Amino acid sequence: MAPRLIIEAGRTDRQYWRDLWRYRELFLFLAWRDLLIRYKQTAVGVTWSIIRPLLTMLALVLAMKVGKLHSGGVPAPLFVFCAMLPWQFFSTALSESGNSLVNNPHLISKVYCPRLVIPASSVITCFVDFLISFGFMALMLAWYHLMPPVNIFFLPFFMLLMFGASFGTGVWLSALMVKYRDFRFIVPFVVQFGLYVVPVIIMTGDVEEKWRLLYSLNPIVGIIDGFRWCLLGGEHRIFVPGLIASVVGVLLLVWSGLWYFRRTERTFADMI
Amino acid sequence: MSNAIIVAENISKRYHLGQASGAGQGIRHIVEHAIRNPAKWWEERRALRKLRQEEFWALRDVSFTVNQGDVVGIIGRNGAGKSTLLKVLSRITEPTTGRIEIDGRVASLLEVGTGFHGDLSGRENIFLNGAVLGMTRVEIRRKFDEIVAFSEIEKFLDTPVKRYSSGMFVRLAFAVAAHLEPEILIVDEVLAVGDSSFQKKCLGKMDEVARGGRTILFVSHNMAVMRQLCNKGLLLDKGQILKAGTISEVVDTYLAAGVEHEGHWRRETEVPKKELIYILEASVFNREGVTSGHLDCTEDFSIEIKVQANGTFGKAQIALSILNKEGVIILTTCQDDRAREYRPIPAGKHTYRVKIPGNFLAPDTYYLRIVTHQPHMEHHDLMESLVSFHVEDVGSLRSVFNDARVGIVEPVLEWTATPVNNAGAK
Repeated sequence: MAPRLIIEAGRTDRQYWRDLWRYRELFLFLAWRDLLIRYKQTAVGVTWSIIRPLLTMLALVLAMKVGKLHSGGVPAPLFVFCAMLPWQFFSTALSESGNSLVNNPHLISKVYCPRLVIPASSVITCFVDFLISFGFMALMLAWYHLMPPVNIFFLPFFMLLMFGASFGTGVWLSALMVKYRDFRFIVPFVVQFGLYVVPVIIMTGDVEEKWRLLYSLNPIVGIIDGFRWCLLGGEHRIFVPGLIASVVGVLLLVWSGLWYFRRTERTFADMI
Repeated sequence: MSNAIIVAENISKRYHLGQASGAGQGIRHIVEHAIRNPAKWWEERRALRKLRQEEFWALRDVSFTVNQGDVVGIIGRNGAGKSTLLKVLSRITEPTTGRIEIDGRVASLLEVGTGFHGDLSGRENIFLNGAVLGMTRVEIRRKFDEIVAFSEIEKFLDTPVKRYSSGMFVRLAFAVAAHLEPEILIVDEVLAVGDSSFQKKCLGKMDEVARGGRTILFVSHNMAVMRQLCNKGLLLDKGQILKAGTISEVVDTYLAAGVEHEGHWRRETEVPKKELIYILEASVFNREGVTSGHLDCTEDFSIEIKVQANGTFGKAQIALSILNKEGVIILTTCQDDRAREYRPIPAGKHTYRVKIPGNFLAPDTYYLRIVTHQPHMEHHDLMESLVSFHVEDVGSLRSVFNDARVGIVEPVLEWTATPVNNAGAK
């Protein structure tokens, strides 16, 4: 016999985390569904997840050449692609999970499940793209005969940060989107501009000292720095105050995202 | 002794009427107005807040107990709170006040095929839909063959479901849901779709589930099915329980109290803004074109339905059913029957009129049920048993022949007689 369920106003918390565990399979199924349908009826299929970042990289490398920007002692394509790994993940996860609730209205208004499963599974889906890009990065390193430094062992930590930042923001956006569809327009805008705001074609070390901490308040900056430090090393060093800012920022994002999501979740079905 | 499996105490659910419009206006509007004209903005905000205070109680102090093994039919007119009650019980939305205790796993089927994705194959959708309904992978795998057999789609298991006919789609979706094994099953009127033989199969399955000692809460507008399937009934009206008891008591109360209008009904409340097709008016006209609740059984009459479409719908249907006192559906007819395909309904107000021939319905009292919907997609509006009419016996066949003719229709049919030529037969 399943445990006794009590439904009362304002009292979903107690069962919530247990339910989340019970629905872990749904979480995987949703991610699996998104993966399956992602490249259905496309001619080149999953190759798209290589073509997109590749073209972006080429354009950015060109921009670097034109702007005579330096890439810290590594070939420009590596320099750019390394930063694009976390950025691409963050930006796709942002749009995918942001839209996840409004794109699945029936999951909200016709069945019960811990709603958190929905944005979380879209973040996971984006991770597959990330892995493919990551494989490509490895190929590029081999092509340039570049051995990553030992710092690479810290990469999982930065990937975790990247996950946290994407999940936190995604959860915020998905909940906001239910109420304010404005975010449907804001998100692509942020993604587009973000590419120029985060250090994809510049080195964080080149930012003037007095602005650097301010610049690092954007958690993505610390994550990109970390990726470069882990994969390229050399002139790419960690800016410690910036890293701390990143970690605090990500923790804050995840915590506040969960808080806002849980607070508004009970009205989703009435609002969507 | 049966023991209580669901105990609901004083549950209420409040909706703010202003909420829907407030939610749609977005940040841009708010910010822009706040900057351009702060005084006016403040004034509007106050007005809006006042509007939000206009509240609507979809459920009000509803208390009831369901015992283990009961099959409870929830009956009530449109807007009586049936769907809200099911949503609260299945934890989709939270009650505003009150407390419910449930012993056991709940599975709810408020819609057929939730989570289905057109691009995925039947096989993939079984797993996905099962997970959405709360089954584990192991459970689904164990039930897989049974589900496939029930749905009768073996051959198309690896075809994307968007290529399925709508009948196949519904069959597969119901098959998954029917093989859930919860202690409590909550079913909204999902069986309204699908052909009649499949409906029968579904009802049979539900009956089987009920016999297995599980508890079912069931919403339907089909009183005949309710009587057959349920043992207990719950009659809701305006968010409150009007009657609870055995199913036949409750159905009788509902049928007796249900009909308010003879021959004509008009929507009293404002039409919601939602992008759906709403029924505004329904009337019965006699052959002379006069609204009437009493018709001559030998004469043609017509039924007129006025709807308002808040948007253009590519495939939408207006379905009219005529039911008799027992809740048996005599016929269903749709505005697009002649075209033999779904027709679009453009935005705006439209009047539809259908002619029913004379010498067809037997003398009796009938009720109208009108549904606007996008077939197999979304229910829009439903008008249930609000209009009644009487077909009066003025020279029906049974009165002419003075016999006890049986049958629910009484058409005058063409008979031919041919003398048998014995010589020609040889």
